[in-house]
Amino acid sequence: MPADKSLIGKKGEPVIMHIERGKIGEFARAIKDDDRLYFDEAYATREAGGIMPPVTFLQTVSHWDDGRGRPRLPFDLKRVLHGEQEFEFLAPIHVGDILTAVSTVVDVYEKPGKRGGVMTFAVTETEYRNQMGTLVARARAVGIETGQVVKD
Amino acid sequence: MAAPTRYWEDVKEGDALPEVKVANLTRTDFVKYAGASGDFNPIHHDQTFAEASGNPTVFAMGMLNAGILSRVVTAFAGRPNVRRYKVRFATRAWPGDDIVCRGRVTKKLAQGGEKLVEGELEAVNQKGETLISGSFVAALPSRG
Repeated sequence: MPADKSLIGKKGEPVIMHIERGKIGEFARAIKDDDRLYFDEAYATREAGGIMPPVTFLQTVSHWDDGRGRPRLPFDLKRVLHGEQEFEFLAPIHVGDILTAVSTVVDVYEKPGKRGGVMTFAVTETEYRNQMGTLVARARAVGIETGQVVKD
Repeated sequence: MAAPTRYWEDVKEGDALPEVKVANLTRTDFVKYAGASGDFNPIHHDQTFAEASGNPTVFAMGMLNAGILSRVVTAFAGRPNVRRYKVRFATRAWPGDDIVCRGRVTKKLAQGGEKLVEGELEAVNQKGETLISGSFVAALPSRG
């Protein structure tokens, strides 16, 4: 797709995400992390006020998203790369919290590809607020559509 | 392993963070991460789709590698102290690959009433190629 600047500001619908203990344990195992903070409730409560999700766990918002949460970009899935990802934590998140995630396209631009063609970049920012309305985290993702099928 | 308490005063610029190693990534690891994360892009678990997309086989989600790399920060500072975590994906990880994750403190600062440490991160494969480069900010307890 060409870098269509009119996509900037496009928002997805709010996605409700329940922070669940079972899903946290599954995620921690998938990244091979045996930190008791993710599994042992008594320990986690003492150390951190409760079981917390791992650093990159907010990515699991896609479990709660029926597709409407992500502002739709006309990218070709066979040519899409995840370029960058950033998480900023502003307040603690614990099991039992109910987060609302809202994603916004904040930038779209083009660059010439190293192997020819034009690469299109889309930057999406997601804000996560808890049940009290507190902004607890912000995520920023850079998606790239390459000029051709991805090869290293 | 939970992180031992590390005080801000005891950390120096240039200090290495604890290393995290994962040997021999498997397709099962990708499937486990797919289930855990909700990332069911078939390019990570479906050989037919991966080949049709011009790849020799399936490859790890960047976010799986990023999740493994984030353990360097949590082993250093403890999960509650992580303030920022940023990754840039460089190359992909394939079944059979080994991953070594490391980090280094680049800066100490006080900001917003917190004692912070900034650092850089890297995940490399067994050939020494960079899979991910990254950075973090963590708060550490202070002796006052």
